[in-house]
Amino acid sequence: MTAGWRHTERPFPWRRSLWIAALLTPALVVMVLFVLWPLLSAFRLAFYEFSGLRPSGFIGLENFRQVLFEKPYSDWTYNAFKHNVIAFLALMVFENGTAFLIAFALLKALPGHRVHQVIVFMPVVLSAVIVGFLWKLFLHPLFGLVNQLLGLVGIAAIPWLGSENTALGSILFANIWHWLGFPTLVLLAGMQRISKDVLEAARLDGAGDYALMTKIVWPLIAPSVTIVTILTFIGSFNWFEIPYVMAGLTGSPGGSTDVLGLYFYRTAFGSTTTGIQDFGQGSALAVLMFIFVAGVTAIALRYLRRREIEQ
Amino acid sequence: MRDRGETIRNGAIQLVLAVNAVIMIYPLFVMVTSSFKTNAEIFSSPLSLPTHFSTANLEKVWTETNFVRYLANSVGITAASVALILLFSTLAGYAIARYRFRLSSLVLMFFLSGMTVPLKLAIIPLFIQLDTLGLVDSYLGLVLVYVAMGIPSAVFIMTGFLRTLPRELEESARMDGASEARIMWSIMLPLARPALVIVAIQNAVPIWNDFFFPLVLITSDNLKTLPQGLTVFVGELTTDWGVLFTGLTLAALPITLLYIVLSKQFISGITQGAVK
Repeated sequence: MTAGWRHTERPFPWRRSLWIAALLTPALVVMVLFVLWPLLSAFRLAFYEFSGLRPSGFIGLENFRQVLFEKPYSDWTYNAFKHNVIAFLALMVFENGTAFLIAFALLKALPGHRVHQVIVFMPVVLSAVIVGFLWKLFLHPLFGLVNQLLGLVGIAAIPWLGSENTALGSILFANIWHWLGFPTLVLLAGMQRISKDVLEAARLDGAGDYALMTKIVWPLIAPSVTIVTILTFIGSFNWFEIPYVMAGLTGSPGGSTDVLGLYFYRTAFGSTTTGIQDFGQGSALAVLMFIFVAGVTAIALRYLRRREIEQ
Repeated sequence: MRDRGETIRNGAIQLVLAVNAVIMIYPLFVMVTSSFKTNAEIFSSPLSLPTHFSTANLEKVWTETNFVRYLANSVGITAASVALILLFSTLAGYAIARYRFRLSSLVLMFFLSGMTVPLKLAIIPLFIQLDTLGLVDSYLGLVLVYVAMGIPSAVFIMTGFLRTLPRELEESARMDGASEARIMWSIMLPLARPALVIVAIQNAVPIWNDFFFPLVLITSDNLKTLPQGLTVFVGELTTDWGVLFTGLTLAALPITLLYIVLSKQFISGITQGAVK
């Protein structure tokens, strides 16, 4: 491997080093300035009080105490957190559950399966802003497509986004419609890696579709399930755009759709109504969210990886 | 007997897929057809097709809103960001993949660790940083943030791909006295095209669709991107549904058409990382 190097290396070692450094510099500079430095600062700033955009004094854990233990901030934090947890569980069951069934249906490679793959993935390429506004119009209580269709079968109009009981479910539905294709195709790719021989042998032993799905396919796609679970978790706790577009910055109605992403944004950059912004509290929230997501992801990965091996 | 069971099962599978396809496509279909309707038509008969193809909404979007400006901004910002990501990460990936030097594994580790950083959560220091550099509310500030976000996984993909290229090619060019830059540019990089396409799509789609960073970093209406501009647009025209559906349709159109043409590359680019 190194043999070819020797003759260029020896006469001009400094020229070679300079060339390598030149290749690396642009990427490294951008990373240091806009990833490494902001990330390190994020942890530091959480311990400071702010006046406007600049830190004005070290206050220890005060920002953390406020967002976790001082009302009304703590109420807002836990209310938002609760909705992130609900979103994660709902997406695991409804989005990934549906994705698994559709992937299994696509695995058979019946006529038209390629077109179905393209169709199920189509909303994934759209901006969450487009998807959010589209469903906001469709869920309008009087003129929206959904209530119009339900009206055809005699169901009275439901104020989807206007009622605290249905608002979170409605924006979760829009989110599932948006993202369904992603877990579907990831799980399908996992299923396609199962060897044909294994599936054939199970069939010859008389396994029906249901047994094939639960006893053979499900355990063998454990690595794909791990990835989908982790990505769903990270996505649920960074959820921002669809709630922002469909329910507004305050998670209306009555905070019933508030999530940590919205609460963080309001704290850091000011809600439209109060205009108050607090970079210190915002930084503390960001640090807490980062530690929570990174911590749970690390633990879950260990558990899920072990499960993959056992099965 | 077995064949009949098989037919029924396949029929059931096709039914499930067909229902799903309708749920995926019908909302988009209604969005497009509604863009040709008048407001009165949408409110009185939302399910019917437009009676005639009126382009009044389209003209209104084109002339009375800043839509074209938002569209142009998104094209420019996405193109610039992707071009810089490709350039910077190819150079860095080339250095790591093709040369042996002391710190190479450390440098690669540094880039890879960037893949795990959720840059959204570092938005406060990032905002302060850009403010210090005078880059808040500018194209350049937004582009640099996207480049920083894109580099880690792009370096990962490019390094992996460039490592697979045969060493004989560059050795023989080196024997012929070609410079290192020339070997890279005319011999090695043309071979890296498939990886470049994946990296380009993997980055272009989320940048084109991004809403969070423009929301925080861009305040001038003339600099706003398409997703961000849509929120302005919807805020101003809340009751004019014909125009709203037209705006959504136009915003969805470019990427949807591109997706239909390049669906294979889009799917592998977006699921890259989750599919091994």
